[in-house]
Amino acid sequence: MKNLLEAKFRMNYPGFNLDVELNLPAKGVTVVFGPSGSGKTTLLRCLSGLERAPSGILKLADQVWQDEGIFIPIHQRKVGLVFQESRLFPHLSIQQNLLYGYQRTQSVERNLHLDEVVEVLGLAALLKRAPDKLSGGEKQRVAIGRALLTSPKLLLMDEPLASLDMQRKAEIIPFIKRIEDEFKTPIIYVTHSVDEVLQLVDTMVILQAGKVANFGPVQEVFSDVQLREVLGEEQLGAVLETSVAGHDEEFELTRLDFMGQTLNVPKQNIDVGQNLRVHIHSKDVSLSTAPPAGVTSVLNILQAKVAKIGTLGGYSVDIELDAGRPILATITRKSLANLNLKPGQPVYAHIKAIKMVH
Amino acid sequence: MDLPLIDFQPIWLSLQLAGVTVLILLVWATPLAWWLAHTRSRFRVVVEAVVALPLVLPPTVLGFYMLILLGPHGWVGGPVQALTGSALSFSFAGLVFASCIYSLPFVVQPLHSAFESVGKVPLETAQSLGASRLDAFFSVISPLARRGYLTAVVLGFAHTLGEFGVVLMVGGNIPGKTKVISIEIYDRVEVLEYTQAHILSAGLLLFSFLVLVMVYSINRRLPVQVT
Amino acid sequence: MVICLLGVSASAWAEDVHVAVASNFLNPLKEIVKRYEKDTGNTLILISASTGKLYAQARHGAPFDILLAADAKRPALLEQEGIGVKGTRFTYAIGALVLWSADPKKIQGVGSLKKMDKSKLAIANPKTAPYGRAAEQTLERLGLWKKLRPFLVQGENISQTLQFVATENAGLGFVAKSQVEDPRFRLKGSRWEVPASLHDPVSQQAILLRPGQAKPAAKQFLAYLKSSAAKTIMQSYGYRFLEE
Repeated sequence: MKNLLEAKFRMNYPGFNLDVELNLPAKGVTVVFGPSGSGKTTLLRCLSGLERAPSGILKLADQVWQDEGIFIPIHQRKVGLVFQESRLFPHLSIQQNLLYGYQRTQSVERNLHLDEVVEVLGLAALLKRAPDKLSGGEKQRVAIGRALLTSPKLLLMDEPLASLDMQRKAEIIPFIKRIEDEFKTPIIYVTHSVDEVLQLVDTMVILQAGKVANFGPVQEVFSDVQLREVLGEEQLGAVLETSVAGHDEEFELTRLDFMGQTLNVPKQNIDVGQNLRVHIHSKDVSLSTAPPAGVTSVLNILQAKVAKIGTLGGYSVDIELDAGRPILATITRKSLANLNLKPGQPVYAHIKAIKMVH
Repeated sequence: MDLPLIDFQPIWLSLQLAGVTVLILLVWATPLAWWLAHTRSRFRVVVEAVVALPLVLPPTVLGFYMLILLGPHGWVGGPVQALTGSALSFSFAGLVFASCIYSLPFVVQPLHSAFESVGKVPLETAQSLGASRLDAFFSVISPLARRGYLTAVVLGFAHTLGEFGVVLMVGGNIPGKTKVISIEIYDRVEVLEYTQAHILSAGLLLFSFLVLVMVYSINRRLPVQVT
Repeated sequence: MVICLLGVSASAWAEDVHVAVASNFLNPLKEIVKRYEKDTGNTLILISASTGKLYAQARHGAPFDILLAADAKRPALLEQEGIGVKGTRFTYAIGALVLWSADPKKIQGVGSLKKMDKSKLAIANPKTAPYGRAAEQTLERLGLWKKLRPFLVQGENISQTLQFVATENAGLGFVAKSQVEDPRFRLKGSRWEVPASLHDPVSQQAILLRPGQAKPAAKQFLAYLKSSAAKTIMQSYGYRFLEE
């Protein structure tokens, strides 16, 4: 029994078409990423059953939610939905809100109960308050708890943090991660914010103009040179999984192990052996064809091979490198010509800055 | 005030008529208002216009068509006559029927407004939490639309209480069945029995006023809905 | 209300005569007025309602010049109250009551009344319409008032009463003979002519009212009602006269 989400939707609106075909692992957090108007919300509505694509297919593990002649309506799908606005019912108390879906779930299907959800999401203090007295972040946590209490097979979140400020976002993201850890509910998370993506994501789907531009594990997708359009120049760069190898007390650095190579970062308060995700902007990566001979201040130099040279346009060009995992570098075309880089060529990547993703 | 001067029967009859009419209207105005609030059909405009007709038509037009409709050869009166032996004209049931049409917009329009302002968001949310449409309607939409319900009930009730022209044409002035308070007042005025007319009119005025005051003060204490 | 505009002479132009007429007499009056206007060139405006209503309106200062009632009581009252002009009151016609049904088979004599079990019986409001009062009296004298009360429906005036019966909303009803005799409609159906002994005579009286006192045209018309031309028309509608 494969634990997969299989989705295929085609919809035509005036001025917009959705045409997606996806096979996603039904576990962990899958982020659907794309600029506004790319069709993220429409996709989510199709997945939930709020919209019905005329000829669509949607299967989750062994359940068929939509197929030729079949369409399970939303209230019969075990799907949880969290929107950008918390949409709490104003005429019910917080506790009543939380239990609304729970009461409509058959007792044999209830895997999650009030106490544990309250605990995981930190809702105890809010239970007796009225919905209009909560802050935006608190309301969102309640909305998430409410959706979870239906013991959904799939949790869909449509830009749930978009209307919150940085501080609130930072508060809630750990809770979302806990959902994944504690309850094992697969999450599909729609956003156009790269920060949220980096912290949460395992699998990534890139949507552009109603079509899937790319999908797959985040380390691969993020380093796709095609992403420049979608991510924007500032964010373009590799996402790497590393583990903490040790700490250098004297120079206040932490050594990270990456595919057998070493990266140095400012000292982190993380135990040896723990994983750490880092983001390396492509603009912060320069290349050389000759090995460094201790003549540069750049500490982090990785060996890699040129995998792909991006489209040549303007004065710069993106290069995809293979260091066991993809890494992106953005250099000038002039340098490309000077170095005479070709796919397959071994190079050295000088990494000027590394961003820690917590 | 000598009690023998007042005949309580028309008062009681009017209250009954208004009460029964409003109850019946709530039952069938609710789905109609819901449809109007959410449909994308191009017939919506037509239906809205039909619903609003009793607002602009003179009661005599309504009364005239009711007389024909409810009579023994009418589309409604005919079958009723065949089933029960008498047509609907000059009967309490006939008045209820006529009142349901006469007061229809006063019940449908506030509900329509209320459902529109509640919108689809609470419905979608409730559905995503496992509620069927009907369940969502009763557990979420209706409570959020309660102001609309209150307005619909009050307006429908008060409007039916004041019904005159239609009743004049199809009522037949039968004591205990169709002689409602407005007809009673009219009769008294016609024969110059002004004292009785005063008592009834002042009573109706006071009652209507108190009902409206009560409704508006309850309305003030209900929280404003926020989606 | 009828506005007749056939031929206007300079002297009558300033004098529109307002005639308030009881519902049962409206149609015959329209015919009479048509002839009158042809003959004299005066203009008449007709206001029709139940006698009681017209009486109440006259008492409140309605601008009627002449009242053609369906009874003697109201004109007498108006005379007493000073609104009617003394010495101008007279009986212009005697009305006849008829029990009528639109169904040609329904009425077979007074027995049809006694056999009533489901239909509605229409009468005009006895408090405001003299024909309604006559119908009430008839039922009382027949000993049927109590028994038939549950079947009664009241028309606001004799015209509405006829309408209830004509549309078959009421199975039968007491109407004025003039209504079913109306040559323009020739109403079919079935009828029973109520014997005059069963009710007080419906003496329909006319009276000149105060506003009309200054209008020669008003007096002129009242006199015309006594003419043979007028009487011939009334007769064709089933009215009788005092001399008979």
